[in-house]
Amino acid sequence: MTPENQAGGLGTSASPAIDLRDPASGGPEDGSSPRGVQTLTMARALNEGLRAALGADDRVLLMGEDIGTLGGVFRVTEGLKAEFGDRRVLDTPLAESGLVGTAIGLAMRGFRPVVEIQFDGFVYPAFDQITSQLAKQTYRHAGSQAFPVVIRIPYGGHIGAVEHHQESPEAYFAHTPGLRVVSPATPHDAYWMIQEAIAGNDPVVFLEPKSRYWPKGEVDLDRAGAGLHESRIVRRGADVTLIGHGAMVATLLDAAELAEQEGTSAEVVDLRSLSPIDYGPILDSVRRTGRAVVVQEAPQRVSVGSEIAATIAERAFYSLQSPVLRVSGYDTPFPPAKLEGVYLPDADRILEAVDRALAY
Amino acid sequence: MASDPIRLLSPSGELIESEANAAWLPVVAELSEAQLMDFHRQMAVIRRFDVEAGNLQRQGQLALWIPSLGQEAAQVGSGIAARPQDHVFPAYREHAVARIRGVDPMRIIELLRGLDHGGWDPKAHGNFHLYTLVIGSQTLHATGYAMGIAFDGPGGDPERDEAVLVYFGDGATSQGDVSESLVFAASYQTPQVFFLQNNHWAISVPVSTQSRTPLYRRALGFGIPSIQIDGNDVLAAYAVTRTALDEARGGKGPRFVEALTYRMGAHTSSDDPSKYRDEAELEHWIAHDPIVRFEAFLRARGASDAFFAEVHEEAEELAADVRRRTVALVPPPVTKIFDHVYTDPHPDIEEQRAWLLAYEASFGGQA
Repeated sequence: MTPENQAGGLGTSASPAIDLRDPASGGPEDGSSPRGVQTLTMARALNEGLRAALGADDRVLLMGEDIGTLGGVFRVTEGLKAEFGDRRVLDTPLAESGLVGTAIGLAMRGFRPVVEIQFDGFVYPAFDQITSQLAKQTYRHAGSQAFPVVIRIPYGGHIGAVEHHQESPEAYFAHTPGLRVVSPATPHDAYWMIQEAIAGNDPVVFLEPKSRYWPKGEVDLDRAGAGLHESRIVRRGADVTLIGHGAMVATLLDAAELAEQEGTSAEVVDLRSLSPIDYGPILDSVRRTGRAVVVQEAPQRVSVGSEIAATIAERAFYSLQSPVLRVSGYDTPFPPAKLEGVYLPDADRILEAVDRALAY
Repeated sequence: MASDPIRLLSPSGELIESEANAAWLPVVAELSEAQLMDFHRQMAVIRRFDVEAGNLQRQGQLALWIPSLGQEAAQVGSGIAARPQDHVFPAYREHAVARIRGVDPMRIIELLRGLDHGGWDPKAHGNFHLYTLVIGSQTLHATGYAMGIAFDGPGGDPERDEAVLVYFGDGATSQGDVSESLVFAASYQTPQVFFLQNNHWAISVPVSTQSRTPLYRRALGFGIPSIQIDGNDVLAAYAVTRTALDEARGGKGPRFVEALTYRMGAHTSSDDPSKYRDEAELEHWIAHDPIVRFEAFLRARGASDAFFAEVHEEAEELAADVRRRTVALVPPPVTKIFDHVYTDPHPDIEEQRAWLLAYEASFGGQA
């Protein structure tokens, strides 16, 4: 997959969103009627992806707190209850463990529940049901039953919110066998990946970078371009490989742009999937550049970035010209909002790491 | 005000034909003599199985055993009350219900020998779902399943409409998941019966530490009708659960049954109840043995010595068969580690499976 044939999406656009249900733009299931490229926010792209999934399979259910009448606190599910009814789009009682636990039972009944956790920091009351129950059910059942449950979690910082509303909990789930973990960085990927996650037969923790909900990007409604678990090189470069996921991909591209101005050619890899991690493009890139910087909002200790650094060291050791470096959130709780700009990796901290890598 | 628990059989085995029992006696009256005798058969056979499994554990054949001694009436009465189309979600001590629903007791033996984590397909085993070892977690799965039944729409035919029966214990009532399941069940008016076996002990902690109110009254606070029964009375367990399931499947929403029973054995083979409870308490409950009570009832109705001898023989045969099959069990293939972690192919699992096979092969076929 080359960067050239990807729909864009990390940039912003002034063109207004077009109503995807406009008959003139073709039906979503009609392969003979191309729907073209639309410019959408990620929130809208997710909304359209969920709408498509609800329309494609009547066993798909959306469940969550405030997702029906209100449309979700981020409005990702706006209009879906009105369109599909309150037995397809459920405003549930306020209990995260109850949400995931009942979703497991619904999956046993043959439904495909899509659970919304309202904010990253609110997922922990459901931790047992996700890690000890959902993740292990297929194994416990010796494969007699699939558990196609998707857990959507808006995650990450950059929105100046209070405690528990800006966290990056991906390591817990990527560490858990039985779960798949993915995170789109663009509206295009959000539209396609949510549908692929719902159509798959395994539990998926679907991490939505909430700071990327509102910037617009191009969405190719006719072709996904990459599979759910494929990583992707989104910018070509020769001197160093920058690796990240979710909201950090935009930051990496900014950093690469600045590096270019300083004469350093940085390649950028969008992980897209955190479990499994597609090491093909990562190792291909690092073998060419000889240097890697892994970037994430999450705390560094025992993190996804640490796993990637270790794997690069194991598999591309003789290609490396410097140690693999990590740029992360600090090993502290997410700080009060006025300090988030210091806590979250930005282009300057990424470039500082690039300079260190190049100094070897 | 707490009322007396529902009891249809006196401790000495006489049917209590009181006004208070007027709602339940007709349910029992519909039972044939053969059905009544099957109650005894199920209780006696599972007790013998339980003893044999305990012995196998002591002899090193099982990693752990979870006794059900003393809880046979609560389990058999409620288990038989479920209709074939119903879905049953156990905790991990409901061996009698498993057998009633068609699960080979060897599947439980295999689990506790360490050969699998359950692994039976509920759809092929009487809709009896897998044992769940984290306390109370299964109540949410049961409620979700029951929500699905409700979403699939009412049929209106009690012979075919499905309901869910979920088991849990007194300790589990302190878990948040149990409270959340009651919230969801009430919200969605699920066709579901919560069946609480209050065996008085959560390992070493008495029920008085879990609750200062009778547990069945908790359900009322969630808006769920509830009832307390003598759980060592198999007829009460049957009649009340049968009625509750039919009410639930009929669209009246969830029901809650608290069965007062007693764990006459240890929590598991790793436990030593002498460290925390009085001999006198155990003596009291031994005097209220559910099987002795029901045998007296059947004898008074004319059941013959030959019948009890036949059940005894069946129980001995099952125990011997379980012993034979247990000692013949072989370890699973090493690659079972990697089977069914996911439903769809997963590269990390396949890579690690291939590595293990190559590693084992490196020993020259001696693995």
